[in-house]
Amino acid sequence: MSDRTLVSGDAMALVRAYKLRNLRRILLVCLAFVLLAGLVVIDITTGPADLSIWRTIQVILDRSIATPKEDVIIWQLRLPVALMAIAVGAMLGVAGAEMQTILNNPLADPFTLGLSSAAGFGAALAIVLGWSVIPAVGGLFVSVNAFVFAMLTSCALFLFTRLRGVTPEAMILVGIAMLFTFNALLAFLQYGASEIQLAQLIFWQLGSLARATWGKVGICFAILLLMLPWFMSRSWALTALRMGEDKAAALGVNVGLLRITVLAGVSLLAAVAVSFVGAIAFVGLVGPHIARMIVGEDQRGFLPLSALCGALIISGTSIASKAITPGIVYPIGMITSLIGIPFFILLILGQRKRHWQ
Amino acid sequence: MNALIAENLTFSYGTRRIFDRVGFDPIAPGQLTALIGPNAAGKSTLFRLIAGLLKPETGKVHLGDTDLDTLTTRTRLERVCFMPQFFTANAALTVFDVVMMAHKQLKGWRVNEADMIAVGTALQEAGIGHLSEAYVSELSGGQSQMVSVTQALIRKSDVYLFDEPTSALDLRHQLDVLGQIKSAIADRGAIGVVALHDLNLAARFADNLILLGEGRILAQGSPAQVLRADAISNTYGVAIETSKGPREELIVHAYAS
Repeated sequence: MSDRTLVSGDAMALVRAYKLRNLRRILLVCLAFVLLAGLVVIDITTGPADLSIWRTIQVILDRSIATPKEDVIIWQLRLPVALMAIAVGAMLGVAGAEMQTILNNPLADPFTLGLSSAAGFGAALAIVLGWSVIPAVGGLFVSVNAFVFAMLTSCALFLFTRLRGVTPEAMILVGIAMLFTFNALLAFLQYGASEIQLAQLIFWQLGSLARATWGKVGICFAILLLMLPWFMSRSWALTALRMGEDKAAALGVNVGLLRITVLAGVSLLAAVAVSFVGAIAFVGLVGPHIARMIVGEDQRGFLPLSALCGALIISGTSIASKAITPGIVYPIGMITSLIGIPFFILLILGQRKRHWQ
Repeated sequence: MNALIAENLTFSYGTRRIFDRVGFDPIAPGQLTALIGPNAAGKSTLFRLIAGLLKPETGKVHLGDTDLDTLTTRTRLERVCFMPQFFTANAALTVFDVVMMAHKQLKGWRVNEADMIAVGTALQEAGIGHLSEAYVSELSGGQSQMVSVTQALIRKSDVYLFDEPTSALDLRHQLDVLGQIKSAIADRGAIGVVALHDLNLAARFADNLILLGEGRILAQGSPAQVLRADAISNTYGVAIETSKGPREELIVHAYAS
């Protein structure tokens, strides 16, 4: 290149600084990956069975060496739960990150838009009244109901934005209206529920990984594999959106279309996650915030790290839920709130730069 | 040459008519044109109509032989680079990041060496190299305006539209930024239109002026012609006189009556 010789030393210094930051970003993503793999192994080891970490790794890598007991504990019971934890964490992390991006709002996550409470209401319909929205789905009907209601809510949001235009304020306000509507409806059902149903309902609302199966894990990873590359392919447009609608539009981003399509993708992620594990609070909120503080909002680093942070939080919580009282597995949603909120407040207090003002 | 022409543009926000069959004479490439006019005269709206961000009810914008309406939005915005007036981003993005984003124009995920050198050089030339690693949320109004201009100038377009690029800048930076814009337009042989409130800056830097007011183009021509026209006093509602400055430049004086 001939103009290379013309490049001033000062400009090269800027390029070096940028490269250094890129390198740091890649290293952090790799580090998060390694950390996550470690947490998964610890998650599987934790619990009553006295498995050693080294033996666990060996059995995960080569199923044929497992004793029948190890095969049941590791491959049939704990691996689906551990993988479900990271899949759901990643789904909620990505959903939260993109909701915050398209709505330009630091509080946006699957809860703010009413998706989680809609899913909760759907599940309650199944548990209390035995209603299945889609017939003949067998034992999955609680999950299917939850999913259908979450998707219906985003369709309602979608329709609303068709009528009134796609502004972030309107979407958040409609989301909050949904949240209260479904909470009220849920309260109605709870009022009429029997004690057993109530216990089941509360268990669902607190969120639990206990119902994980290989089939559900497969569905979650398939959806992640579908959505992540698609969001990544929109990364410049999504980054541009953070510069304001005007700027993004001037760069050629069709802002309305981007918001709608990303909302659809995010709804799918959140609806599937919530319908399988119940309401797990704060992961969709905290994960992206941690990622933003670490690598900033260039989507090429922000999106993968949001997914990884979400996965790390739920995986860590899964370990905590088993380790607090040996022999008891606490509902995971409880722990995420308990651990997540103080941690989050610490992060905000310790944050030097404020990006939402 | 590929001049920019608009004819017969009609546009309303709801029922409020902004333009009624407005057009301007060809704007020649390589020269800087300043769009002047009082507040709410429709300067930003005219830019948006040219860029295709708003659709006119009637009328066409031509670039040379090309009817811009025949292009897709994406292609049109690649050929017409529009810098919006306000820019308040609270994002956790650095100045280098956002200029890179403008440089990549939504294309290609990978950033190669040449891209990085282009951005580094652009920042250096714009005199904001020291801000490269600063977050855009920490910039002052003037600094973010300079970043915005850099974002526009790093793109390779046929038409550049700047909406008030100097409104938040101090004296030295006003001259710097307009100088950069003017030389970039001349070097690239591109069409450059700058919306300005400061008539003295317009007189100093622009080769041509377009006076917009009351939903019409009131005057178009050289600074001396437009600034001495009766229309300008009437539109702004002030008495306007011009004189020669110590370096033979045109100076505009405004009197309330």
